[in-house]
Amino acid sequence: MSAVRPPEGAKAPSGGSEAHEVASVGVIPIEAVNDFVIKFANVNGSGSASANELFAKAILRMGVPVSPRNIFPSNIQGLPTWYEVRVTEAGHLGRRGGTDMMVAMNPQTWDADLAELEPGGYLFYDSTRPLPPSKFRDDIRVIGMPLTEICNAVYHDPRQRQLFKNIVYVGALAILLGIEPEVVEKLFGEQYKGKEKLLASNVQALHLGCDFARENLEPLGLRVRRADKVGNRIFVDGNSAAALGCVYGGATVAAWYPITPSSSVAEAFQKYCTKFRVDPATGQHRFAIVQAEDELASIGMVVGAGWNGARAFTATSGPGISLMSEFIGLAYFAEIPVTIIDVQRGGPSTGMPTRTQQADILACAYASHGDTRHVLLFPEDPHECFEQAAAALDLADRLQTPVFLMTDLDIGMNQRLCAPFAWDDSVAYDRGKVMSAEELEAGRDFGRYKDVDGDGIPWRTLPGTHPTKGSYFTRGTTRDAYARYSERGPDYIYNMERLLKKFATAATLVPQPVLHPAAEKTELGVIYFGSTSPAMHEALQALEARGIHLDALRLRAFPFPDSVVQFLARHRQVFVVEQNRDAQMRSLLVNELDIDPARLVRVLHFDGTPITARFIVEAIGTHVHKTQASGAADTKEPA
Amino acid sequence: MTYLAKPRLHHPTLATNKVGYTRRDYEGKISTLCAGCGHDSISAAIIEACWELDIEPHRVAKLSGIGCSSKTPDYFLGASHGFNTVHGRMPSVLTGANLANRDLLYLGVSGDGDSASIGLGQFAHAMRRGVRMAYIVENNGVYGLTKGQFSATADQGSKSKKGVVNTDSPVDLVAMALQLGASYVGRGFSGNKAQLVPLIKGAISHGGAAFIDVISPCVAFNNHPGSTKSYDYVREHNEAVSRIDFISGREEITVDMGPGEVVDVRQHDGTLLRLRSLHPGYDPGDRHAAMAHMQRHQEMGEVVTGLLFVDPLASDLHTALNTSDRPLNALGPAELCPGAEALARLNASLR
Ligand SMILES: Cc1ncc(C[n+]2csc(CCOP(=O)(O)OP(=O)(O)O)c2C)c(N)n1
Ligand code: SF4
Repeated sequence: MSAVRPPEGAKAPSGGSEAHEVASVGVIPIEAVNDFVIKFANVNGSGSASANELFAKAILRMGVPVSPRNIFPSNIQGLPTWYEVRVTEAGHLGRRGGTDMMVAMNPQTWDADLAELEPGGYLFYDSTRPLPPSKFRDDIRVIGMPLTEICNAVYHDPRQRQLFKNIVYVGALAILLGIEPEVVEKLFGEQYKGKEKLLASNVQALHLGCDFARENLEPLGLRVRRADKVGNRIFVDGNSAAALGCVYGGATVAAWYPITPSSSVAEAFQKYCTKFRVDPATGQHRFAIVQAEDELASIGMVVGAGWNGARAFTATSGPGISLMSEFIGLAYFAEIPVTIIDVQRGGPSTGMPTRTQQADILACAYASHGDTRHVLLFPEDPHECFEQAAAALDLADRLQTPVFLMTDLDIGMNQRLCAPFAWDDSVAYDRGKVMSAEELEAGRDFGRYKDVDGDGIPWRTLPGTHPTKGSYFTRGTTRDAYARYSERGPDYIYNMERLLKKFATAATLVPQPVLHPAAEKTELGVIYFGSTSPAMHEALQALEARGIHLDALRLRAFPFPDSVVQFLARHRQVFVVEQNRDAQMRSLLVNELDIDPARLVRVLHFDGTPITARFIVEAIGTHVHKTQASGAADTKEPA
Repeated sequence: MTYLAKPRLHHPTLATNKVGYTRRDYEGKISTLCAGCGHDSISAAIIEACWELDIEPHRVAKLSGIGCSSKTPDYFLGASHGFNTVHGRMPSVLTGANLANRDLLYLGVSGDGDSASIGLGQFAHAMRRGVRMAYIVENNGVYGLTKGQFSATADQGSKSKKGVVNTDSPVDLVAMALQLGASYVGRGFSGNKAQLVPLIKGAISHGGAAFIDVISPCVAFNNHPGSTKSYDYVREHNEAVSRIDFISGREEITVDMGPGEVVDVRQHDGTLLRLRSLHPGYDPGDRHAAMAHMQRHQEMGEVVTGLLFVDPLASDLHTALNTSDRPLNALGPAELCPGAEALARLNASLR
């Protein structure tokens, strides 16, 4: 059994041990320590996901930051799926772009996978079946390992043959890249605690891979070396984090309808509630989770629960938002606290259901008919998903209105390295203006829609509070300040203007934007938000290295606080980086702040993959050079 | 039944119930529906039922969709919170409200357009889930509020006021409720208050999903010859299966119903439901027989009214979800937030 088969007819190995070296003549293989991108091309449903995640986690355990991305189809089995791991000692957590090593396990995507490799990159493949030389490239290094052959020799059960193939390649890669197998074993130990048989068989498969690589393959130019760059950060996906934020924020009612990429929010909420919210004495649940029949029902339940004083949320994605719109309008107009977690995906319609976008911004900001405006929060990573989910529940109660947590597939479904979750036990929930029976009894004037405090936010009572005082009728039709049905113009206008005032109050309560000033004074600014964050930070460094200085403002909420207006005023030109086709955030800025559109330059990425630093640098760099050359501001889309 | 504005002052001789309220305390705003609209009679029956049940009005939450029927919660129980939601989606809002506070009584009011067309899905799923509520459809076979279009409960062959013949077969909400697992199913007629009041009382006292379809003629758009939901048509074709009386729990008698007997059925919350069988052999404890009975009479052109089915031991969504006895909306951070220490452990598990 020849360990590494050079493709038949390929250029002769350039010396060294005949079996192990397969680099083409003249190719300079990429050399990099703790700074490279490795991508696994697999077939959906082949069990590779957990093996690939194990690989990423092992590197993390060696103190080297990683940033993984799942790229998967809208399909359960058979279609191509990829898992990209960026190994990054510098801690760049966005996608870099390009691939240094491809673990090519899917014949279906072979050509595309091969094409994606950087010159000098590495191709790892299952060499059980020889491939003709036309199937390779001259400028890469090929590492063949007869994975199928190895697994077929050891395992008899077809499922085991398939599953352990993934673990075997992890073992081989560990040796090739310098990942300590003991670290992987330790991870197995944690994963299969109490399941000794599973533990043993996984360790065995790992060693099969390690042993083969040690005996037959040479280390690569790509290396993982122990470092101390992870610190106390945690590795978690945004959907779990948002769900946990809902637990900590005191949500008791969750109603949802399955939709990628948001389903795991509800599933994680169920998991955490089962862990934290079951009364030990009685076994009773301090939560209620309903998988509704559709999004209309899920938001309806949230509206009902919010009306009745429970903190409630739903999680959905674009198509769900479309269906919920009527209810969102009702909640806005009838002033009912509602929290909606929108994990955005590629739209419109079924668009690219398993790819990422930030394309629901306008749909959410103005959801429903008539004049409406809603509070949106934009978390940048799982840490903020946690924090802002809890904050959303507070804000919804305080403002008595729908609040959207605008995440996306990229943060929601990928594990990210982020600051650990934090909670201050002394902080009480902000339940907003709910009038108690005692207050009613004491004769406090209760007008459900009366602006008593001048902030546009009225007081409410909960059903069942008092036998004779404080009851009112909630409806979507106009009413007067005492909730009495009315079709009078002045009553309508009072209401609508008060809602605007409330929205202005919201601007003072939402998370403030975060400013990252440039190293040098500059007239150029850049605005970004949400999952774009890590790629943006890396891009800012790269641009600075090229002498392009930008003050950067990360938006964290809509309505825009005054600081956004000031930032725009301070800069001659501001790039707005977003992941959609129509520059939705830019439109929102122009529309809400009455800003001259010419000053806002679109930087748009919308192919469904998470935006990369390379893309941002290229787009902004080109634009700056062009305008410098022409000496004038240019409002056209760059590149 | 548009009545004149009445002063809120109570006549000293007005009878009070056990919780100290007069009937007037169960009234609401003045109805704005057409004079003679069946829906107003149903409101009156609800008022009567709540008074007789000694319910404190503010312990009721009344929810509805959109339509003439859905407007009615404003016209009864003025001291309770009401919620006029969106067209057809009352069931989900009620479900959420119920999850938030299991201690209130939930009254869902809807129309046939509301529940059998746009809201058919929500109606079905609320029944399936066993949300504890009294779900009343005020069924007139037309869209009243949008002025006379056919609803999905309109009988095949019936004529609209404009003379258009309905060719679609009707949705029978009672049959659906039975099939979907509602644990209390009845049909009433707005003109038969003697039967309707106890039906509503039973529904309110029931421990699970209670559904009543009330034939409620629309005087404006569906009370003409050719309509099968007109006063005259229903009066002529009414076939009652039982008369029920509601009494508060005292004695306990097991269910075993023979012809002509009076039977008390003990409900889940301990209250008793008294059934008077007018039909020898009719057993409201048999879901399948109820369906067959109803359908048989339907084929004969008759409307079966009365309590068609009840499962006295029915439980509800809260039981299925095992939610805490204390209402979820009353729980505070101490019960809900796992705290910083648990979070530190969680952080550690994510490294
Ligand atoms: C989404 C939506 N579509 C349509 C309407 C218009 N609409 C209001 S009431 C109604 C029909 C009501 O009929 P029904 O429920 O039978 O009640 P009725 O008025 O007959 O008592 C319709 C279609 C609406 N309010 N909302
Ligand atoms: S239109 Fe029909 S349903 Fe509406 S109020 Fe008049 S009679 Fe009643």
